[in-house]
Amino acid sequence: MALTESSLDPQTARFDTVLGAGLGFSHLIRRGETLRIVDLEGNQAVDTLFFDAADPSERYSAVDTIRTQGGIYLSGGSPLMSTEGRVMLRIVADTCGRHDTLGGACAAESNQVRYSLDKKFMHNCRDNFLLEIQERRPELSKRDLTANINFFMNVPVSPEGELHFDDGISAPGRYVEMRAESDVIVLISNCPQLNNPCNGYNPTPVRLLVWAA
Amino acid sequence: MSETHKNEQWLFEEPLHGGQMWSRILRRGQLLRLTDVTGGGAVAALFFNADFPLERYNMPDTLKAQHIARITAGNVLYSDMGRVLCSVVADTCGWHDTITGLEDAALSRKKYGAGDYQALRNDWHRNSRDNLLVELAKYGLGKRDFGANLNWFVKVAVDAVGNLSWVPGNSKAGDYVELRSEMNTLVVLSNTPHPLDPASKYQARPVQLGVRVTGPADDRDACRRSCPENERGFALTEAYFR
Repeated sequence: MALTESSLDPQTARFDTVLGAGLGFSHLIRRGETLRIVDLEGNQAVDTLFFDAADPSERYSAVDTIRTQGGIYLSGGSPLMSTEGRVMLRIVADTCGRHDTLGGACAAESNQVRYSLDKKFMHNCRDNFLLEIQERRPELSKRDLTANINFFMNVPVSPEGELHFDDGISAPGRYVEMRAESDVIVLISNCPQLNNPCNGYNPTPVRLLVWAA
Repeated sequence: MSETHKNEQWLFEEPLHGGQMWSRILRRGQLLRLTDVTGGGAVAALFFNADFPLERYNMPDTLKAQHIARITAGNVLYSDMGRVLCSVVADTCGWHDTITGLEDAALSRKKYGAGDYQALRNDWHRNSRDNLLVELAKYGLGKRDFGANLNWFVKVAVDAVGNLSWVPGNSKAGDYVELRSEMNTLVVLSNTPHPLDPASKYQARPVQLGVRVTGPADDRDACRRSCPENERGFALTEAYFR
């Protein structure tokens, strides 16, 4: 878990915003640009997908990323692979050290399975993804939502094949940064999950910055 | 691991040749057995609700609901709508992968060479991605419908720091897995080498398929009872068919 810091100065970012707890977001990141996600208050899962801006049928693939890098956790140096076997982005700085791409996004229906049949009403990441693409990304639909990245989330897998959502290993101010190797749309849900420790039972805001190439 | 009785009545049995693709709508209550005839098999698979294919197999939901990172007997395959597409009711192998994806044409060429149809005829190398794309097209589905797939008979181990290793000899000659369909499930298969299989020679092994009627899960079913999450998953599935 090598930690790598960035030399980029937030004052020179071309885009800088705070995304409140439980909100959806999408943005065009151009080739050579750098996206930073800052976990402002610590242990906040940031559910994230990427789509090729020119042809959104090409998109982030968790299984291709895992197989290509030969490991299940994302960290500094990880290539974020597409469904067409291309590197879409690469993680160039990471002060957290481990991010998940097996846990997926919470949804109304999976919350019912995981926690209780009466949890369907709760806010969840898939609803955020769906509302964001319905409002702002008409080229995308539910069929384009596949296994995502959960930045700052800790989902260890044991050699016996068990998987658990554990307490986070992130902390206030930790960040992850990735550089785009082609024009991509980033789709984010700042996770509203209250039923497991992925957000420390207290969803909080994150800061999103983009630097020009 | 568990085995079922030996005296079943098969609706049909057919070979799935090395390199072959296959699909079928497995009706609720039907069971599909895949047998790895010679051992060392690898069958890539995708699953959809045949009545409404926008609902499909979801790897993360399957893993996190059951606190697993591999598939074996007692596990179920969840759709992205909180329902159980299929249950794994028998498995003599013990580990099936769902986190390392498919082999595509570029990777296949790199490992086995390009080959050509003129020389190889029906032994011309096929890969799981192309095969599944072809089979999906028959149902009006395509690239955008690809999610993380299952790899029957394949074990990719994860060590204490998260690194992967492909495990040789995971599936022995005669090992089989049985899937009971809990919905009307479109099952799409490709019997093609796994991308992490290090063999330099193209080896797609023969697999035997059999389908029989077993009926949906009863109240005491082992998959239903394997965890409280699955009890709820079956309840949601039954509500859908009510």
